[in-house]
Amino acid sequence: MRGPARETVKQGRRVRRLAHLLDRWLLPLYALLAVSYLALPVLVMILFSFNDPSGRSNISWRGFSLESWFDPLGQPGLAEAVTTSLAVALFATLAATVLGVLIGLALVRHRFRGRSSINLLIFLPMSTPEIVLGVSLLTLFLASTQYAFVPEGTFFPLGFHTILIAHIMFNISYVVVTMRARLQGFPRHLEEAAMDLGANEWTTFWRVTFPLILPGVMAAALLAFSLSIDDYVITVFTSGQATTFPLYIYGSQQRGIPVQVNVVGTIIFLVAVGMVVLSTLLQRWQRPDPVEAVEVEGART
Amino acid sequence: MSWFRRHPTATAYLLLAPGIAYLAIFYLYPTLQMFLVSLWTGTVEAGYQLTFNFGIYPQALAQYSDHFLRSLLYGAIATLLTFLIGFPLAYFIAFRGGRYKSLLLFLVIAPFFTSFLLRTLSWRIIFADQGLALGPLKDLDLLPEEFRLTATPSAVIAGITYNFLPFMTLPLYVALERIPPNLLEAAEDLYAGTWQRFRRVTLPLALPGVFAGTLLTFIPAMGDFVNAELLGSPQSQMIGNVIQARFLRVSDYPTGAALSFILMAAILVGVFIYARVVGTEELTGGTS
Repeated sequence: MRGPARETVKQGRRVRRLAHLLDRWLLPLYALLAVSYLALPVLVMILFSFNDPSGRSNISWRGFSLESWFDPLGQPGLAEAVTTSLAVALFATLAATVLGVLIGLALVRHRFRGRSSINLLIFLPMSTPEIVLGVSLLTLFLASTQYAFVPEGTFFPLGFHTILIAHIMFNISYVVVTMRARLQGFPRHLEEAAMDLGANEWTTFWRVTFPLILPGVMAAALLAFSLSIDDYVITVFTSGQATTFPLYIYGSQQRGIPVQVNVVGTIIFLVAVGMVVLSTLLQRWQRPDPVEAVEVEGART
Repeated sequence: MSWFRRHPTATAYLLLAPGIAYLAIFYLYPTLQMFLVSLWTGTVEAGYQLTFNFGIYPQALAQYSDHFLRSLLYGAIATLLTFLIGFPLAYFIAFRGGRYKSLLLFLVIAPFFTSFLLRTLSWRIIFADQGLALGPLKDLDLLPEEFRLTATPSAVIAGITYNFLPFMTLPLYVALERIPPNLLEAAEDLYAGTWQRFRRVTLPLALPGVFAGTLLTFIPAMGDFVNAELLGSPQSQMIGNVIQARFLRVSDYPTGAALSFILMAAILVGVFIYARVVGTEELTGGTS
């Protein structure tokens, strides 16, 4: 081999070695760093739930203590805030899941005119900044006092019910999108088979459709619940005098956040993670995903 | 044959009606109402009147142009950073995840199970002047004593980057995951090098994910005010801080509504152009 050719081969080998290095070591290392970066604040939150609560703020480490864990709601107003958050999240999840699942079913199972407009309407609330959602609802509530057809006291004073209205609104789109992702390839012929065998709509829905969509419904409801319990921005515009857990955190950050806030945050985190792990395991062990099972069945025949 | 089976289209509209009506009343109408409120004049005490005061728009834009520019700048930098961090991560999970794929995806989503505010406040603990990160470096004299990260624009951008990283990573992952492996093999068979294969096959096929991730990150980043409030200083306030203050501190509803409307209009124009280019189904995640 002559000089230049050998140079090219050498160069090629060097490039390949570099690519190998990148692929084999740098990429995994990078991914590990990125995941650690994502996890770090969560770990700090958990760690600082064990901080000695003697000081005014929970910014610097003062020593290990379990005191706050034995009294997680022992701050004025904290118990009410957590209760409000849980109640809002529960009712908002129920309502948004029902409304969203109905839309999801229509989108997955039916062809109709105006489909792309509906898709756009579902997408818009998710692509509107939260602050605009909060502001626009607040303007509706403010202006409603000028409209004769809105009974006095419908929205004002703002409180639990207006927070709930807001949370249902922003959750619907997320429920629809989750449902639709889970329902792609929905086996319509199973419903048709049930009906051909003499089942009416009611029976067909509860015995065939509902079990098929249940995993999707559960995933959507979990997402809605976690979005609702964490929301600050939309809530602050629609809350009036009511306080949710995020509003409590924000309100206390100027005078110093009590350690109990980290304890409650850690408990919410652990419960959420536990629920996700549990639902994954249940799906994997109890029975295969019905939609998938049907697809496998269909592939076999 | 029952009514529902004979009228599938009517059934579809019946299923849609409650949810769509809800969104019409509590999403679409309030948007119009926000526009109307921006044209009010008056005060809280004396009451407001709809006077079609369009002059508020140039006035608000002129007065708060710095805040708009700052939102645009912080949002753009943060979006770029989430891409630089999120793309290799999504690539690794999609192609090298192996049996750890579910675990890695779970770790990407896990921060969502913690309060957004608590995560942001954790950064304040980490980056405090004598905190976990800076304290030791200062003790070793690697950093000057007066060096600080909190209350700087960098802290705000870092906070936004952190909080919206999963919004970038997940759509990228979904797009990369969908690439059929035989396309990559084909590229190899046709003597494409690693780099060429990445640039000519992987990257173009990942573009829908890049677009989706960019929108999902940039839009909330533009409207954010929590990071600027918790990690920044008065000099790093964004347009969201102004809107929040107009509504909740000084009760200047028209200006606040006008600023929100400008923010939303700017974003919607972008989304509409995007929807035209890729189609609404692709945008909202449906393929049917």
